[in-house]
Amino acid sequence: MSATAPLLEVDDMRVSFATEDGLVRAVDGVSFSVAAGEVVAIVGESGSGKSVTAMTLMGLTRGPNARIAGRAMFDGTELLSASERELQQIRGASMAMVFQDPMSSLNPVYRIGHQIVEQIRTHDQAISKAQAMDRAIELMERVGIPRASERLRSYPHEFSGGMRQRVMIAMALSCSPKLLIADEPSTALDVTIQAQILEELRTLREQTGAGIILVTHDLAVVADIADRVVVMYSGRVVEQGTLDELFYDPLHPYTWGLLGSITRVDRDRSQRLPAIPGLPPSLLRTPEGCHFRPRCSHAFGRCTEDPALRAAISDRPEHLDRCWLELEQKRRLRVVGDQIGLASAEPVIS
Amino acid sequence: MSGEAETPGAPQAAFGAGETAEQPEAVGDVSLAGVAPSGANGSALMEVEHLRVLFPLKHGLIIDRTIGHVHAVDDVSFTLHAGETLGIVGESGCGKTTLIRTLVRLIDPTAGVIRFRGNDITKASRRKLEPIRREMQMVFQDPQASLNPRKRVNQIIRTPLRLRGVAKNRIDAEMRALLTKVGLQAEHVNRFPHEFSGGQRQRIGIARALAVDPKLILLDEPVSALDVSIQAQVINLLGDLQDEFHLSYIFVAHDLSVVRHVSDRIAVMYLGKLMEVSPAEELYDKPIHPYTSALLGAIPIPDPAENRARDRPLVIGEPPNPINPPSGCRFHTRCPRAIDICRQVEPQLTEYAGGHLAACHLPQNVTAEEIAAAARSDGTPLSAGTDAPRRV
Repeated sequence: MSATAPLLEVDDMRVSFATEDGLVRAVDGVSFSVAAGEVVAIVGESGSGKSVTAMTLMGLTRGPNARIAGRAMFDGTELLSASERELQQIRGASMAMVFQDPMSSLNPVYRIGHQIVEQIRTHDQAISKAQAMDRAIELMERVGIPRASERLRSYPHEFSGGMRQRVMIAMALSCSPKLLIADEPSTALDVTIQAQILEELRTLREQTGAGIILVTHDLAVVADIADRVVVMYSGRVVEQGTLDELFYDPLHPYTWGLLGSITRVDRDRSQRLPAIPGLPPSLLRTPEGCHFRPRCSHAFGRCTEDPALRAAISDRPEHLDRCWLELEQKRRLRVVGDQIGLASAEPVIS
Repeated sequence: MSGEAETPGAPQAAFGAGETAEQPEAVGDVSLAGVAPSGANGSALMEVEHLRVLFPLKHGLIIDRTIGHVHAVDDVSFTLHAGETLGIVGESGCGKTTLIRTLVRLIDPTAGVIRFRGNDITKASRRKLEPIRREMQMVFQDPQASLNPRKRVNQIIRTPLRLRGVAKNRIDAEMRALLTKVGLQAEHVNRFPHEFSGGQRQRIGIARALAVDPKLILLDEPVSALDVSIQAQVINLLGDLQDEFHLSYIFVAHDLSVVRHVSDRIAVMYLGKLMEVSPAEELYDKPIHPYTSALLGAIPIPDPAENRARDRPLVIGEPPNPINPPSGCRFHTRCPRAIDICRQVEPQLTEYAGGHLAACHLPQNVTAEEIAAAARSDGTPLSAGTDAPRRV
């Protein structure tokens, strides 16, 4: 990152929801930043708070039972305290989102063309309907939809999953956003189509210089496209750093576990995967101290105290992790066999 | 995985010599207790010959006219050996789920033969299938949808145990043992499915399948709905159970890296046809069919440096419509190597050294000598041409 201010700067964001069972701390003090032209991946399992983080930035988690605190500066606007009117100006124009399920995020009773044109005209009142149509065709061609002028008249159900996701990306691009938030954009798609969609995102970044937040659970996708990675667990950031730092020098035991758990086509088939034992904790009753402690095979006495997110290596101020272990201990403990993984000891607490 | 005999040299030997397939009328009289048909190899657990499943498309207000068919599974043949794990991969809509549902006879095949332990079950009646279904069980993709939400774990596992004929006073002990085996706590027997997480529910589904002491378990995307850390747990569990109970698996998934990890052999499907069948490692090291290379190239590798170094050709477009599949080789519309013959003649399924089968006119990663030594496989679709594959 250069001296210019980042495009988005999230500082100690907290989101909790009051439910009948108690307070769910979905996001518990998350800070990160995104520069223009940068792809930041937020990685985590279900319930880690990665989607809530993304949705809160778009102002989509506001509600009577939601408590939102912290700051998120985007392009001169503080998003978390912005009024609904201010957000409407930003949403869809300078900040756009692509959702996981393209079927449920398109309106089934309107033609594709209508839906794209609607978004263009909402943010640009001067444009005529015919001009907006031309722009819609141009956008659809740009994201690789063949015969765009005909397909403009199709309904969402006439499109395949991959094509629907392209429509979503076309809509997101319609106002040339500075920041694109993509929540699991390729999870519902086949690998061949996933590769095509990731290629679209890459082209977009190169052509427009937009910043991208990619929310995903798939580390392989992260390795393919991201510049920096934020690993979330149980509502908190447990590690963040550049792509290479995270894959080649991961410092948090949860990251080791994630890296060890994945099946890979380029490695020998070992008999067992070094799986992380147990389940993620309930967000209603998070463990005392480090949230990963109950599943961590390296937990020790101090782990009942809350570790801070800090830089463990002095010349890498941007590589942060949340763990009490010393750097040397980590580098020794994380190796299982000759690969990085979580030593598959018995679960400490089931 | 388990030590039971799998001779890689002759995996196709199970296709009986001189047997004529596609005689669905002739199989009406099945005798399940009968002897295995001649030609069936002792180690073959399941043999599938020229299996076709076509779904008719109806149109019309008063009289339904059939206006076409969805070619879900179109002339697929393979043999599953005892103790083996066969992976089936392909994009959505390639017919992999239809295929395994047909194998357990949840869907009736249009043509072809399915033999389980030597017995023809293609047309077996419900009553005759009952003992067979006890030997082959299925685990479904969505553990939420495949467990009855109104039944406790207790009831879900008890029923198959009773059907297996476990003595009443032994059922409780068996159930507890089973739950412990799949990594659940025996105290959880009185819970409902919704009280478990996705991974735990999948374990219940596996316990239910195991309860009848099956020989074969068909797994339809068993881990794709689970988080990575939980995926690894379930994959490890499946491996342990296979060793302990000498199970055979047919493992259907779209995730090639998961399939590679669990399978001994892998079949690649595209639009209802088998494109390639190969020992697991070899498929990734030496893919013969361009479609397999395309699939492999599309998977991102969780290693930044390798991803940067890799040259990845993108496959263009999407799979064509299975109602009007392309002529000739079904992949020709997306294949970067396609030439005229690919558009006109369906390639034969060719058997290369080491039991590696591929249906391609222009095979890659094989030498001219290997092509000369290759032979037409008995599993070749009946509509395929006789042209031998050629070098480019």
